[in-house]
Amino acid sequence: MKKLIFGFLAPVAATSLLVVSAVAQQGDATRGKKMFVDYSCYACHGFSGQNGPGKRLVPMKMATVVFTAYVRSPGTNQMPSYSAKVLSDAQLADIWAYIKTLPDSPEAKDIPLVQQLKAEAGK
Amino acid sequence: MSKPKHTSVGRRGFLKGAAAGAAVSAATLVTPQLTEAQQGGGRGGRGGAAQPEGAVIAREDGTARPAPVSRIVENPGSDYMCDVIKALGIEYVSFNPGSSFEGLHESLINYTRNNPEIVTCTHEENAVAMAHGYAKADGKPMLALLHGTIGVQHAAMAIYNAYGDRVPIIMIAGTGDTAVPAHTAVDLGAMVRDFVKWDHQPDTLAGVGQALIRAYKLAMTPPMAPVLITVQAELQMGAMPANRPQVPKFTMPSMPSADLASVRQIAKDMVNANNPRIAAGRVRTQEGMDLLVRLADLLQCPVGGGGDRMTFPNRHPMAGNGVGGAADVTLSLEAGGGGGGGRGGPGGGGKTIVISTAELLATSNFNINGNGMNGDVYIAADPEATLPALIEEVQKLLTPDKKRLFEDRGKKHAEANHAARAAAVEAASVGWNASPVSLARIAGELWPLIKNEDWSYVSPQGFVGGWPSRMWDMKKTYHYLGGQGAGGMGYGAPASVGAALANKKHGRLSVNIQTDGDMNYSPGILWTAAHHRIPLLSIMHNNRGYHQEVMFIARAASIRNRGQENSHIGTRLIDPNIDYAMMAKAYGMYSEGPITDPKDLAPALKRGVERVKKGEPVMIDVVTQPRG
Repeated sequence: MKKLIFGFLAPVAATSLLVVSAVAQQGDATRGKKMFVDYSCYACHGFSGQNGPGKRLVPMKMATVVFTAYVRSPGTNQMPSYSAKVLSDAQLADIWAYIKTLPDSPEAKDIPLVQQLKAEAGK
Repeated sequence: MSKPKHTSVGRRGFLKGAAAGAAVSAATLVTPQLTEAQQGGGRGGRGGAAQPEGAVIAREDGTARPAPVSRIVENPGSDYMCDVIKALGIEYVSFNPGSSFEGLHESLINYTRNNPEIVTCTHEENAVAMAHGYAKADGKPMLALLHGTIGVQHAAMAIYNAYGDRVPIIMIAGTGDTAVPAHTAVDLGAMVRDFVKWDHQPDTLAGVGQALIRAYKLAMTPPMAPVLITVQAELQMGAMPANRPQVPKFTMPSMPSADLASVRQIAKDMVNANNPRIAAGRVRTQEGMDLLVRLADLLQCPVGGGGDRMTFPNRHPMAGNGVGGAADVTLSLEAGGGGGGGRGGPGGGGKTIVISTAELLATSNFNINGNGMNGDVYIAADPEATLPALIEEVQKLLTPDKKRLFEDRGKKHAEANHAARAAAVEAASVGWNASPVSLARIAGELWPLIKNEDWSYVSPQGFVGGWPSRMWDMKKTYHYLGGQGAGGMGYGAPASVGAALANKKHGRLSVNIQTDGDMNYSPGILWTAAHHRIPLLSIMHNNRGYHQEVMFIARAASIRNRGQENSHIGTRLIDPNIDYAMMAKAYGMYSEGPITDPKDLAPALKRGVERVKKGEPVMIDVVTQPRG
């Protein structure tokens, strides 16, 4: 993946900064999967990235840069902050890439049982 | 249920024959029969008074055998104790066997013929936690027997939970087992005195009877709590006095209720309030819940359940936060379960009126109840006993104008509560098809299978996202029995089995969503459930770890900027994964799993429910998302 990006960017004479940024944004989902578990992301966000007391991460709507900034400084007492010392930008990009692979949930309206439960609960 | 085996020769007839000519009155102590080598070991060794006797060593290393019978006692004191226990209406006795109560044990199996029925437990914590769950499901206590010193220590955590949960349990601890000094104590009750409501060690047989009666009354009078009677082995094993003591008269005291002047003032405050609220922490009985519904219907004001057990039907139009912002008057009824501790306190502002028994029981040393409740008006009384008079006074104040006003107010609250419930259920779609399985999916798939049964959810909800309360129509006190009381793990599995034991006689279907960390404290409870044919559907919430601690350790590492990659050490139950289906099978229970694909869940649950309905315990192991 990295080579492909370099190949794509070289003809347009990208700066090295842009190249680094582009590499980080892509990330490696396989490495990211391991870090998602090792760094306890699953603990609050679920193995699904969307179950638990933490913020729903799937579908991932944040760009890598925004995601990185959020992890560095979540602005909440619930979410621990992860400094660059413990998780580099590249590692966060890997985690981001893994989260992007996680399947989204069906809509409640498309799950008959949830619709039935919802109707009953509203009685 | 297991029944005593009847033989063609009755016990008493056999003993009479065997005892012919024996000296009945001799007060011979029972001592272990020892081998010659053991006897030598007791006398020899390094010398000194502190060396244990051979009999003691034999007891501790398990080689002791009962001594030859050198006397016959046909009317032992423990038979009288059983008479008192039966007079109290106690139906079950749980214990892990111990020699300090062997006299009582023998009377239970041969004098009362296993009635009350003995429930064999593999750990004293299970025996007491079972009694904890049983009392919450049945509304009355069962008896737990504890071996001197070591049994009480094993039971301590479960007693602490029950005390924090304000649950009545009658406990008898044996003492005086002189063969093992380490199993005796000068003051056996001392080690749990801070978290029982009362303990006593009678000196006479009649005193045991009186103590048991008093213990029952104290345990069952709010604030309810466990009680402990220590009974000397000699009183159990010794002969009944010539003038056999009578079973003491047993009359339950009426519950403490608020005085009429206070009740009238509360009625005025609630009727004249613009935005009144009720924080309902605890009712004792189904009648209490029905009274609460009547009060809410009259006032048309929101009722919060406080998150602990069922106090108010969760689909009642007034169940929830309603609309209208902060309350101007909040009526707090045993919020925090009567123990304070910050659970379920009134959330609104304005005037707070507390009716609670929390101040009727103080606890030293352990900070189990925090600082209790506080309020602008505080009445030390049982809310349920006070509700009939309060309802009557409210009715007197309801003019037609007030009724119209309340009706309009109630419609707005009902709409808001309706919408909140629907939104709470809709959130179940998140991760619906995920593997591991979501907690919402488990609760959702269960509901169609149980909703037409008389069901009871017997385990805590704190670790399962509260999905049963969100999805299931809970309108009976036994539809949800609440949490551990003092947050001690090891409660869920045995308390669920205890609750299921109570539910069995009422024909209820018991459901337990069982956390894996809790399960591993004392899994022998699975054998107890299988052995006693206690119908219970247990669904493992198998997130393979002490998950709350995973989060806490990760947070601590974050604060120290050290990275979280080691957070699994000491917190996760992996490598190897625990096979709970195999564990259940080993204890003689039908099981399935581990289930990782949510598509496999509903069929397995259906098979499980069918088996439980036929009277057996079942475990379905589901690998789950960490939290709901």
